Amino acid sequence: MIGSLDARVPDGPLADKWTQHKFDMKLVNPANKRKFDVIVVGTGLAGASAAASMGELGYNVKAFTFHDSPRRAHSIAAQGGINAAKNYTNDGDSVYRLFYDTIKGGDYRSREANTYRLAEVSVNIIDQCVAQGVPFGREYGGLLANRSFGGAQVSRTFFARGQTGQQLLIGAYQSLMRQVDAGSVDLYTRTEMLELVVEDGKAVGIITRDLVTGEIESHSAHAVVLATGGYGNVYYLSTNAMNCNVTAAWRAHKKGALFANPCYTQIHPTCIPASDEFQSKLTLMSESLRNDGRIWVPRKKGDDRLAKDIPEDERYYYLEEKYPAFGNLVPRDVASRNALTVVNEGHGVGPLKNGVFLDFATAIERDGADTIKEKYGNLFEMYERITGENPYERPMRIYPATHYTMGGLWVDYELQSNVPGLFVTGEANFSDHGANRLGASALMQGLADGYFVLPNTISNYLSDLLGSPALSTDHQAFTDAKADVANRTQKWLDVGGTKSPDYFHRELGKLVTEGIGMSRTKEGLEATVKAIPKLRKEFETDVRVLGNAEGLNSSLEKVGRIADFFELGELMARDALAREESCGGHFRQESQTPEGEALRDDVNFKHVAAWEYTGVDNDPIRHVEELNFENVKLSQRSYK
Amino acid sequence: MESTINITLEVWRQAGPDAEGRLVKYEANNIAEDMSFLEMLDVVNENLIAEGEVPIEFESDCREGICGTCGVMVNGKAHGPEKATATCQLHMRKFADGDHLVVEPFRAASFPIIKDLAVDRAPLDNIIAAGGFIGVNTGAAPEANLIPVPKDASDMAMDAAACIGCGACVAACPNSAGQLFTSAKIQHLNLLPQGQSQRWARTEAMIETMEQYFGSCTNHGECHEACPKEVSLDFIAYTNRDYVKSKIKNRKLSGQ
Repeated sequence: MIGSLDARVPDGPLADKWTQHKFDMKLVNPANKRKFDVIVVGTGLAGASAAASMGELGYNVKAFTFHDSPRRAHSIAAQGGINAAKNYTNDGDSVYRLFYDTIKGGDYRSREANTYRLAEVSVNIIDQCVAQGVPFGREYGGLLANRSFGGAQVSRTFFARGQTGQQLLIGAYQSLMRQVDAGSVDLYTRTEMLELVVEDGKAVGIITRDLVTGEIESHSAHAVVLATGGYGNVYYLSTNAMNCNVTAAWRAHKKGALFANPCYTQIHPTCIPASDEFQSKLTLMSESLRNDGRIWVPRKKGDDRLAKDIPEDERYYYLEEKYPAFGNLVPRDVASRNALTVVNEGHGVGPLKNGVFLDFATAIERDGADTIKEKYGNLFEMYERITGENPYERPMRIYPATHYTMGGLWVDYELQSNVPGLFVTGEANFSDHGANRLGASALMQGLADGYFVLPNTISNYLSDLLGSPALSTDHQAFTDAKADVANRTQKWLDVGGTKSPDYFHRELGKLVTEGIGMSRTKEGLEATVKAIPKLRKEFETDVRVLGNAEGLNSSLEKVGRIADFFELGELMARDALAREESCGGHFRQESQTPEGEALRDDVNFKHVAAWEYTGVDNDPIRHVEELNFENVKLSQRSYK
Repeated sequence: MESTINITLEVWRQAGPDAEGRLVKYEANNIAEDMSFLEMLDVVNENLIAEGEVPIEFESDCREGICGTCGVMVNGKAHGPEKATATCQLHMRKFADGDHLVVEPFRAASFPIIKDLAVDRAPLDNIIAAGGFIGVNTGAAPEANLIPVPKDASDMAMDAAACIGCGACVAACPNSAGQLFTSAKIQHLNLLPQGQSQRWARTEAMIETMEQYFGSCTNHGECHEACPKEVSLDFIAYTNRDYVKSKIKNRKLSGQ
């Protein structure tokens, strides 16, 4: 059904592609924009910015969020910052360098043209956000401050204390609310998208459930934009918020949209380890801690002594020993994998033996506790609040956790999926980060897509629809889809099993963490491909959802999302199995350098894998988009 | 291996917006001290599901104190007894074995109960829609460093902008006033040079929208005590000043 995948990347020199394409695209004149309805699902950075910007342009926008307010999406929890090639620090940055760092950081598995455009519009994002009143950190002279971040040798990261995501989201949210007030955006809060409606091969609307009344409703439009975030919660424990889910994207996938590179997930090395079985989520501690903290474990396995009682020669500073050049500052994936290795070998620390030490004793002795407090005070306080342990007196315990998912729905250069009329922005798409995302680049991508890319490219699609009204919600495509949603919702209430939705989510998370975690093998993945559907069948017959569908029922919301995680988890395992190479966050034990680093196979895997859904118990079809690198030279990463 | 405590809960159960509510007693036994308060409620819910009882509805999302989704009253205090702490960041080690905790929703006339501990805080968004923004269309922004912002001013704007919009200030106030939230949102923008063009219109519109929903401020300061981000009462004072000025300023001359 699907031929070769064409990303429709414009011709011409890399630096001119976006400018030229903006000129070549068809426009919708200002008076005609009001004739078009556009649905935006999700109100995080990518969704709120897109909805606000399209409202400003004059489109009729309907914005949907399952939250009670568009200010709550998990973009809000991003701490560190946002990259932009402003070169305010005069240290040699440029659009080309940001592009290059992003391609290299992604281990050469992203599309050159998309990544270049991301770097190009990054400078406009900062202008826009400052004008909105985002209180970025400043120098005493009143101009904007920058900090350095992993994977770059320049300082190009803008920040608002440790709450950059919050402040950027508030900026986008306030712009959105301005359009709500102006009447150009209709806002639907506490409303969850449960189906994409496709008619004649095109996306024409969505089916939603009002989470307060339980009512199932149809919404039609000329185009649908999904800005619904990542799928890290498939691991159960991740740094994602409790309600982050893959449902909107997965529903679109089941209606024909290809899902690209699902096995590319990012594990962040510095999170607080789980304390018990009922741990609900993990909290990330900023990566900046690795600048001054030394990572170690006891050399003796199962050593129960307190850190301070373990003499220096019985401590294993494994990163400093293995990577003398980069030491504790190796990239995220390398730090994470090494933590996994030492914990699996039995060197783990803490009550559950599931962490490694991040020790500030040396830094405190060298710089004094006051200096360390000034740098990391808020992080130390957060750590103590969660663990009850004082990191000034004893080392922190940290462990890697899933943090971001680079995979997502396949999109072309215009951010349109293979289903015409369905656009995907932000973490929900796959396009810009390849196999690994650099720090401070997620916020950049969400806002680049929403403010500057999508509002331009969507007109190229809409202009051809001028004169045709959006499909009536009385059309059979809508009534059928609505009936499907109603049946599916009721089905969960009728199972009447014995175990809670969370039980199955935890069990699924264990399978995914074990099989598709930081280090993957052929045997492990083959077992996971079989184990997930087996557990899914148990879930479908033994889950217990109480209450009814006619009001707020978070168990009912959860169960539908977990069902989609089951199917996604299986696809992740298949994708990881098919990709017989290591790249970025995807590490196959069979494919490593003699030093134990990720070894790419550019001959056979220099491509995007985009999967086509063929039915729940059928094998999906793997499509390939070849990646062409015309501007950067592929090389092996080394941090020795 | 780890220490546990037993807690007696009395939780507000209300089946829907118009249903009658009541406190229901639950025993939360063998609760690990390292659990958060919401994880303790997760455990209670798992047990309720096992017993065939509908679990308690409560809201939460990020569980790291930044999204503002969660919030309940614990023994009459918004977000519980710990200062500068959202409910999701409250840990069970702060309680003692045998404690008796009454858990209720945030209560205010403008925050109607949806179910159990979940309330509707939509009026907070309405206040933002009325003027809580700087009107700049995408693409129209000047170069970011064109306008220097004194660091002290920028830092203070950030102090105000740290508000997470949870509504604890309203729930803690004996008058259910929305002054701390509204003032934080107004001053975040009014303190910045970028926010000056709409300063008076913004202040007037947001205050007057607030007054449609919330009670009057009588300077109790309970809002600040309950605020998980410790937003300062000073912002209310600055906003009162701006509101008075908004009534007498000739906005046609404000470009001078």
